[in-house]
Amino acid sequence: MKEFAVLLDKLALTPSRNRKIDMMAAYFRDTPDPDRGIALAILTDNLSFAHLKASKIKEVAKAHVDEHLFKLSYDYVGDLGETVALIWPYYKEGEELTSLADLIEELNAVKKKDLPDVIERYLTICNPNERWALIKLVTGGLRIGVSARLAKTALAKMGDEDLQEIEEIWHGLEPPYQRLFDWLDDKTDKPEIKHSETFHPLMLSNPIDEIKDFEKLKPEHFQVEWKWDGIRVQIVMDGEKKAMYSRTGDDISHAFPDVIEALEGSAVLDGELLVGHDFEPDSFNHLQQRLNRKTVSKKMMEENPAFVRVYDVLFDGDEDVRELALSERRKRLEAWFEANAQTRLDLSQMLDFKDWDELRGIRERGADEHGHEGVMIKLKTSPYVPGRPKGLWYKWKRDPYYADAILMYAQRGHGKRSSFYSDYTFGVWKGNEIVPIGKAYFGFTDEELKELDKFVRKNTLNRFGPVREVKKELVLEVAFDSVHESSRHKSGIALRFPRIHRIRWDKPAQEADTIETMRAFL
Amino acid sequence: MSFLNHQLHIGRIDAYIDPMVPRDLAIITHGHADHARFGHKHVIATHETIEIMKVRYGENCAERFEPLALRETKRIGDVDITLYPAGHVLGSAQVLLEHAGERIVVTGDYKRGEDSTCEDFEVVPCDILVTEATFGLPVFQHPSPQEEIGKLLQSVENNPTRSHLVGAYALGKAQRVIRLLREAGYDKPIYLHGAQEKLCNFYQEHGVDLGDLRKATLDNKGDFEGAIVIAPPSALKDRWSRRFPDPVVSMASGWMQVKQRARQRGCELPLVISDHADWNELIDTIRDTGAKKIWVTHGREDALVYQCREMGLEAEPLSLQGRDEDGED
Repeated sequence: MKEFAVLLDKLALTPSRNRKIDMMAAYFRDTPDPDRGIALAILTDNLSFAHLKASKIKEVAKAHVDEHLFKLSYDYVGDLGETVALIWPYYKEGEELTSLADLIEELNAVKKKDLPDVIERYLTICNPNERWALIKLVTGGLRIGVSARLAKTALAKMGDEDLQEIEEIWHGLEPPYQRLFDWLDDKTDKPEIKHSETFHPLMLSNPIDEIKDFEKLKPEHFQVEWKWDGIRVQIVMDGEKKAMYSRTGDDISHAFPDVIEALEGSAVLDGELLVGHDFEPDSFNHLQQRLNRKTVSKKMMEENPAFVRVYDVLFDGDEDVRELALSERRKRLEAWFEANAQTRLDLSQMLDFKDWDELRGIRERGADEHGHEGVMIKLKTSPYVPGRPKGLWYKWKRDPYYADAILMYAQRGHGKRSSFYSDYTFGVWKGNEIVPIGKAYFGFTDEELKELDKFVRKNTLNRFGPVREVKKELVLEVAFDSVHESSRHKSGIALRFPRIHRIRWDKPAQEADTIETMRAFL
Repeated sequence: MSFLNHQLHIGRIDAYIDPMVPRDLAIITHGHADHARFGHKHVIATHETIEIMKVRYGENCAERFEPLALRETKRIGDVDITLYPAGHVLGSAQVLLEHAGERIVVTGDYKRGEDSTCEDFEVVPCDILVTEATFGLPVFQHPSPQEEIGKLLQSVENNPTRSHLVGAYALGKAQRVIRLLREAGYDKPIYLHGAQEKLCNFYQEHGVDLGDLRKATLDNKGDFEGAIVIAPPSALKDRWSRRFPDPVVSMASGWMQVKQRARQRGCELPLVISDHADWNELIDTIRDTGAKKIWVTHGREDALVYQCREMGLEAEPLSLQGRDEDGED
């Protein structure tokens, strides 16, 4: 635990990617089993144990610290875990800290009601940095600028193996990854994972650069499909076992029994999960009602039946076809559909186009008339390469919508932006009143952030904890993907994927948009 | 009403403590720019503070300087003025004001921890304590400076080919860091950014032994591998820093306690070394002076005022204009 806390601290403070990799590789090399495996699980967010809610940690702290002082401190520090780590009033130095593995075992074994006591004991024998690490660990979500992929890159470096080799078996392994480390230590062969028992890392696309890319790319080299507005899934089935995974490899089969039960055949398929009757996709709003659920009711399945629009094949039966060109895989996929009749799967159709200009028009009409997210542009010769390889697949998103809204409230950011007012709530006119329609915390440059922060500090009307109400003077041009009904907002609408597009220092608030113009986007 | 008002103005003798604009009579607690300003007519301060002002602003930065030795009382009209060490930087002083039996202490900036570059803080009993609150939140509990310097030395040992660039304010912090390094047995040359030289020389002349100091100029380029370089924080991200091989960016400041702050500043090796009192020192001082009324000048005054009231004391924030909210730390 001691060494792991030091590692987390160094990772959080080191900007260099390569140095982070070196630090983790050294840690994996020097740390015994099973601690390094537990650490790897934590770094890749694969450790399943009942995480403690941040609010619980807060309660623990508040039992020992004045509530008002805690609040002021939290507002200042901007990170709950760090606030607790620094404010904790006791420190019993010199007591031996348990190993990471023992700590996790203890946290898993302890009864929920006894957890606060255990946490208290640990906070007291930890120094502030160890407390910070401990809290990160028990609340989950490290946020120290280390992705699962970076941790695996370090692992590859430590074992002197190819990252791809690790990715391929990764989802078939479990913490504390003994088999994986044995292989990386050259004690055993590479663990064998049956392809039908695991998720396979997805191939991702890069956004197209309309100016630079189209000049170089030849339209006849590419296959184009709609970019469907659902969620990316992978279907893995071998005739008996059937499973559906999210893009990050989470098994989401339980929430979609309607799809799973209807699957026929043996393959690993890549596609988009959508809801709608007769393969007619409804809006993302409908799909959302079926996401993040542990169980699903019959009624829900009837109202919003799910299906998967398939666009690629990774395994045809038992055969790994990822090395084949996309055009070859497409043929295999079509043949597979011929051979295996489906009721909840269909094929994503290819679009005909002559040149990029024509495609531009198709893309615009698709967005306007059918609500498509844009188009996918895939090199016909591309093999299926996990990760986000350059130059093979592109996404060309539809243009966003824009509205002029008025800045109403600002809140201090978290993490790197904890000293800036960087989360903005904005609204539009409803008669003589301004009603909030959304919140955005990105889209602006660092320079603009400084200016916005300055505006907020100079124009504060009221303070509510970390939130400031500002003079309703500044117009923000907000970009967003769509508008939908929302009972949570006073305005009755909510924006999807809102971001600050421009700051309209020049525009008077009187000329900002109205709720009526916003409702027209519905 | 007290004979000192909330602007730290003593009306009956028209004197101000650390005024932000030119005044006829200014009592200056120490040489940092948010306390010592240019252009007063008559300045009363410790000898060292006066010299520091001259080094920073020039010989003629005030019309008349009147040095006042620590613990010596000067009477102006019916007000007695005595300076006591504040332990903040060389020459730093608290101001004790006495009139008609009432004792007021204005701490200026201060700390209670040891520091071999200046005289230790002294508790001065009083009725009203005017205290700073730069680190006036319970999250600020400064660790031992020796331990922090140990981190720097450890990193130097672990990274023998990289230079270590330590951001430290030119007055006080730079010299303290150097002294801490010397006390920990580091006897190699330490390199200085040009902006640090004058005050380091000044400290050396005043008996603070800083050892072998050299200029971090381009001529010495080859020497920076494994070296420690002290620079003003603003220079860390400046073009100036490009001359160093793969530097470990470090920073010595009480703010480094908050990791997010360190990250914001691109600081890879934060050193929590502060010249201000931390939360516990602030509260100890309030208690030790026996003051019944506490005025809080600058920093996180909300929390300290609240805490004083919880302790049964009268407390008020002063919200002085012009003080650096983040302290020249």
